[in-house]
This record gives sequence, C-alpha cells and structure tokens, in this order.
Amino acid sequence: MDQFILDLKQEKFNGSYDLAYKVINHLRKLISQTRWAHAKELMGVIRKEGKQLVAAQPSEYVIGNMVRRVLKIVREEYVRLLGKSEEFANTESLHKMLTSAETEDEKYMKSLKELKTTVMEAVSEYIDEMDASIHNIAAQAIEHIHSNEVILTIGKSRTVEAFLKQAAKKRKFHVIVVEGAPLYHGHELAASLAAHNIETTIITDSAVFAMMSRVNKVIIGTHSVLANGGLKAVSGAHIVAQAAYQHAVPLIVLGAMFKLCLLHYSDIGGSEATFNRLASPHRVLDYYKAGSQDLCNVQVYCPTFDYVPPELVTLFISNIGGNAPSYMYRLLSEMYHPNDHEL
Amino acid sequence: MQSADVGDPSKANKAVKKSVKKERRKEKISNKGDSSKSQQQQSVQQFDGAVAPKSKAELRAERRAKQEAERAAKTLKKEEQAKSNKAKGPQVSANLQVDDPKVQKKAAKKLEKQQVPQRTEGHKKVTLFSHLHQYERSVSITKDIGFGSTGIHPAIIKLGLQYAEGIITGSNARCAALMNAVCHLIADYETPPQKELARHLESKLKPAISFLNQCRPLSVSMGSAIKYMKIKITKIPSDMSDDKAKQELISDLQAFVHVNITLAKQAISNSACSKISDGDVVMIYGSSSLIIHVLNAAFKTGRNFRVVVVDGRPKLSGIRALRHLCRAGIKCSYVLISAVSYIMPEVTKVFLGAHGLLSNGYVMGSVGTSLVSMAAKARGVPVIVCCEAYKFCERVQTDSFVNNEIGDPRDLLATDGSSSGPLIKEDAYKNLDSLKVLYLTYDVTPPQYMAMVVTELGMLPCTSVPVVLRVRSFDT
Repeated sequence: MDQFILDLKQEKFNGSYDLAYKVINHLRKLISQTRWAHAKELMGVIRKEGKQLVAAQPSEYVIGNMVRRVLKIVREEYVRLLGKSEEFANTESLHKMLTSAETEDEKYMKSLKELKTTVMEAVSEYIDEMDASIHNIAAQAIEHIHSNEVILTIGKSRTVEAFLKQAAKKRKFHVIVVEGAPLYHGHELAASLAAHNIETTIITDSAVFAMMSRVNKVIIGTHSVLANGGLKAVSGAHIVAQAAYQHAVPLIVLGAMFKLCLLHYSDIGGSEATFNRLASPHRVLDYYKAGSQDLCNVQVYCPTFDYVPPELVTLFISNIGGNAPSYMYRLLSEMYHPNDHEL
Repeated sequence: MQSADVGDPSKANKAVKKSVKKERRKEKISNKGDSSKSQQQQSVQQFDGAVAPKSKAELRAERRAKQEAERAAKTLKKEEQAKSNKAKGPQVSANLQVDDPKVQKKAAKKLEKQQVPQRTEGHKKVTLFSHLHQYERSVSITKDIGFGSTGIHPAIIKLGLQYAEGIITGSNARCAALMNAVCHLIADYETPPQKELARHLESKLKPAISFLNQCRPLSVSMGSAIKYMKIKITKIPSDMSDDKAKQELISDLQAFVHVNITLAKQAISNSACSKISDGDVVMIYGSSSLIIHVLNAAFKTGRNFRVVVVDGRPKLSGIRALRHLCRAGIKCSYVLISAVSYIMPEVTKVFLGAHGLLSNGYVMGSVGTSLVSMAAKARGVPVIVCCEAYKFCERVQTDSFVNNEIGDPRDLLATDGSSSGPLIKEDAYKNLDSLKVLYLTYDVTPPQYMAMVVTELGMLPCTSVPVVLRVRSFDT
C-alpha cells in the first residue's frame, strides 16, 4: 500500500487511463485482502484508503473519482442483494425517510455472504468498461467527421488519436495540430497521425487565431471534466477554445466517463491551489539563459493545465454517447452517491 | 495609286493608310524606278481585270503590304491593351501568385535581367499557402554572385544577408539599416555619361530592392521608406550638380529615419506613458523596440509597475525584451503564449507593437498578437497598440492567409544534435509524406479587439488609418 502511495507522490504514471487503472486495481486488491464484516465497514476501509491516496496527489481528480465510484458500486450491490431495486438506494424521498426500517446507522450493516464476490465482479466489470472506453468513443468518430474537413487539435490525447485514426479509415480529412509548447506533445501526435497517412500540419501556439478561420471543428481531449461542465485541459486549451468561439467553430471534447469529477472550479490560490500544477520553468526559459546576470530576477511560469468554462464547449463525447456540457451535472448522480461527496 | 489601294476589300482603313505611308517611305530610300514600275504594273493589273495572273514583283509587293498592315494592326492592338491596362488599377504582386506558373516565369525573367539570384522553393509546401513563397533555407543566396559583377552594391548584399540570417530583425531596425545601406549606395554612385542621375539611379535601385526582397520579403516599414526614396529621386531638379544632388538625397534619407523613427519614438513614449499608472501590470508580446522604449520611459518617470512578457516560438524574441527591461530595473515575469489564460487575471493593460497598420483598421503584427488581443478583450483588459505613422499602408486584408511570410519549417523542428526531446527530427519530417510544418510570421488582428493606437500624431482609433494616410500624402 505504501509503495503505491509513494508512486502517486512521485507521479509515476503516464496519462489518466493509466492512473485510473492503477487506482482501481489497488482498490480491488484492498477489497479482497482486508477483512470486513459488512458493507459499512468495507466502505469505511475504502474511504480511509481513498483519503490517503487523494492526499498523496491532490491535483489528480481521477483518484477521488475512482474511490467514489467503488463506493457507489458497493452501495448498489448491497441494495441489490437485499432484493430492493437500485433506485431505492439513491432517492431520498420523504416517504422513504419516514417509513424506512433501518436508521442511518443500521444501513449497510447487514452481513451478506455474497457481498464480497458480487462487489469484486462489479468492480471487474467496471474495469472492462474502462478498457473499452477509448474504443467506444472512437467508434462514434464517423458520425462527427465528414469529408474534407479541417480539424484542429492541441496536445496529445490518446482518445483523440484513436478517434481520428478511426475516422480516417473511412473519410479523408485534414488535421492541424497545435504543438503545445513547452511540452510539445503535439509533435508526437502529428508524427503518429502522419504515419497513418492522415494529412497533418503542425502549427505553433501563436498561429491558432490566424488559422482558426479555416478550421471546421476543434476536437480536444481533456484531463478532467468538472461538475459544471467546464474542463481542466492542457495548457493552451483555453485560448484555442476562445479562438474557436470567436470564429463560431464548434469545440468537441472527448473524454471517458471516469474523468467526470465532483469538483467545481475556483480561483483559489496559495497553498490550497490544487487546480493547476506549475512544472519546472526550465522548459520555458532554460537555466543557461535565465541564470545570467540580467535575467536572474525574472519570474517564469509554466502551468500545466487550463480551465475552459462550459460556455465555450459545444459537445462532450464520452463512452456512453454525446452530451451537452449543461447536462454533465446529471451524469454525476449516476456515477457517485451524494453521501460520498465528502470522503 | 491611292484609289486603287482604297478599292481593295481585304485591308482596314487605318492599316491601309499606314501601309501607304510605309510604301512612300520605301520609295524615298529605295530605287525610285523599281517601285514605280511595280505600282504601274499593279495599276495596269487593276484596269485589266482580276483574271490576268500577277507578276512576281507584284505578288511580293502585295505580300509586303499585307505584312505591314498586320504589323500595324498588332501595334494598334498593343496600344489599346496598354490603355486598358492602365484603367485596370493596382496590380497584384507576383509574390502573391506563386501558384500561377506564367506569372512566376515573368518574375524569374525579370530577376535574371537584373542579375539577382533566385531562391529555390521548398519541396514540402502547405497547400493552404500555395499562393505564397515557401522557401527552404538551403544554400546562401549570395553563392551565385561572382566578384566583379556590377549588379548590386556590396552594402546591399551585406544587408540582404543580415536580413536572411535574422541578424537584423524588427521593422524599425530593418528600415533604418535599409536607409543606411542606400546612403552608401548613393555615396558611391557615379552617373555614367549621357545619362540623367534621377533616372539611372532609380534603375540602379531596382535590382537592389529585388535582391533584398529575395533575401527576405520586404516589411511595411521598408516599403514606405522605398516609396519615399523614389519620390525624392524623381524630384531632383535636372540642373543640379551630381555631387549636390547626392548630398541632398543622403541628408533627406537620414532625415526620414530621424523624423519617422527616432522623433516619433519619443513622441509616442510621451503620450503612451500617460496610460501607465502606478500598480499596473503590463503585458507585452514578443519584442518591439518601440514598446521597450515606452516602458523604459514610463519607468524613468518614477511609475511603479511590473511587466509580463509573453513569448512565442520559434523566434522567442521576448527574451530580448526581457533583457532590456531587466537591465532598466523593471520587475518582469515571463510566460509562453499557451499560458496567457493563466496569467491574464493578473494583467491590467496590454501594450502591443505593430508591423504595420492596414487601411481597413486591421493591425498586422507578429504571429500571436491576435491571440493575445483576443484573450485580453475576453477579460476586459484594454489593448493599446503603439505604431509609428510611417508604418501605415494602403493595403487591406481581412485574414492572415492572403498575404503572409512563410518561414523555414525546419526552425520548428528539433535542432541538429539536440538530445531526444519530443520535437520531431528533420529526417523523420522528410520521410513522412503526410506531415507538413507551418511557420507563419505575421497575423492580422481585427480592430474590435483593440482600444486604441498611439502614434506620433496622437491617440487614434484603429479605423483612422486611411485618414492619416491621406493627410500624409498631402504633406509629402
């Protein structure tokens, strides 16, 4: 357990899929290895572990998402085994509150033999669903891309890559990739797309507004989707979104459902600032130049993420289909239980 | 004789008159007897009737007359065409018609005549910009200029190389360097005998400018300077001695630089300083000599502000601005353009320099200017553009595609010898056919993103450019 927390602190994962995978496997191991008597105890164990994981890497919301998802799975399985419908566990109607036989403390305390196996099965099913999420999103590509379109994308997202490659099997279109300084992930994406014979052009970040008048769609991936439908995306995504909005170009965001998180965006700075992560400024202004006498007092910023407000996003495509950003908050109730919002 | 010719149905009236004139001239030069014999024979023919066969001389005469008539008709047509051409209006430059092979052939011939070496086009072109030159920097352009060629002055060659290598950048610097080199050219110039200084000097300048254009496309500031040069040269009175004319020209050109660049800089600083207040956070993009001057002047007056420098690849000219500002003691921050949204909540004003101002109010600046203005406008941060009045031009443009400078795509890729970073390597780029790299140099910003333009004539809205151009054309 400690090794995993250390890995999280040192950021030894690449990409959200990888991290989500690792977290949920870790939780599955936890469920099978620890001893627990009933559902409430199990949830307590998961919650405690979840708090530690989230504290190790607070800027990665996927960790919290996975923990809450597992808690929701546990609740659902418990209720199902008791014979009641799943919706019963969710709705908090006045009638239910007055007539329910169990009190808050007694809930989830019935000891059920099959709970462990069913929970393990449900978690494995969820892992399979996560595995297939990129494939499900890519399968929708052909509905959204038509021939001779010019598509703009920024940074490197595995989902966008699979999406475009799938569409390229049937349609001919042109992709403009913004290089995304200072990490230059765009170069990797462009090389990969060009190797698949997709017409690709690399442009610098500064040329986005100039090129936008010729672009038909902007398709980007995202790190997380916030509860209001906003995005936590790669640095530079906000200006791309604004330029697209100014030119009335639709912005399509691709992301699997596990990226949807409960948090809202706030501008909090200081020690509570977990929204943005500042990477080493060496990439922006290297030590050779910045260390010189002239420039030693310059503050150099290298933010990794950008907040994109929901007004700039036209469509979300996830593994369960397409949605408007104003609908995203409803999907939260399907994924997480309201009692789990605070771990 | 005349009546016989008029009666012939196959010739136009004017052509006939011209051919008649030519025949008369031929009579005067050639043997009088021969021509009159042929004419007599011809007239005899007409009286006899068309049935009798014509003699050889008569046939020759007829053929000659026909040829001359055709030649006359051709010259007429050319004149008419020339007249209609003049009525067409401004011509589109060959630099914007690279996808038209006929236009390019003509341009290449012109360059050859002027003894200016031509650059080779790159082999991987971005189709969206196929109407613009997309050169690839392979070999030095001056490789083909031999010693002793009298085409281009060495000061101009040096200047062209400095432009091509990026040693002299920035519109003010390029314009000042151009004037300096032309002053050298004029100082070394000697009018050949039997020729007028005004006309011959202009023909000497043409290949020089074509050469500079080949090294790097002319900037708006340079275009304005060249126009001024040409006007001054044509205004030289023909009775002035060569030495005096040259001296006057040189002092005029130096005055142009002094008035339009140096003095304008000071005037703009004075008015723009008033826009910076205590506690301001000023954002600038890239490096503009004028903006740096403004900020230094404002700092000297004792205002307390800090500067955020935004920079764009691959030029990374913001570092130069950073050095100038830090040396002056101004507190600075530095970000790349992708982090503009991150830093914008802190910014109170944006100051931008311009490469040129177009007649429809659009501002042409280094690529990325439009992005910064748009991001600032979205947050309600005022954008102030500082630009000297000589950079105003009559061109109109609504997007950044129709006219732009495409740089060498290899500048965006990994430099040779660097360690394996995420940037694509050059040979990978060459091998992938579907991969293109675009390096735009300029972009145009619509006027709605800008609050105002500060020039030496005052603070104007962007849409006042044609008014200023009119006023200036009356002055010169």
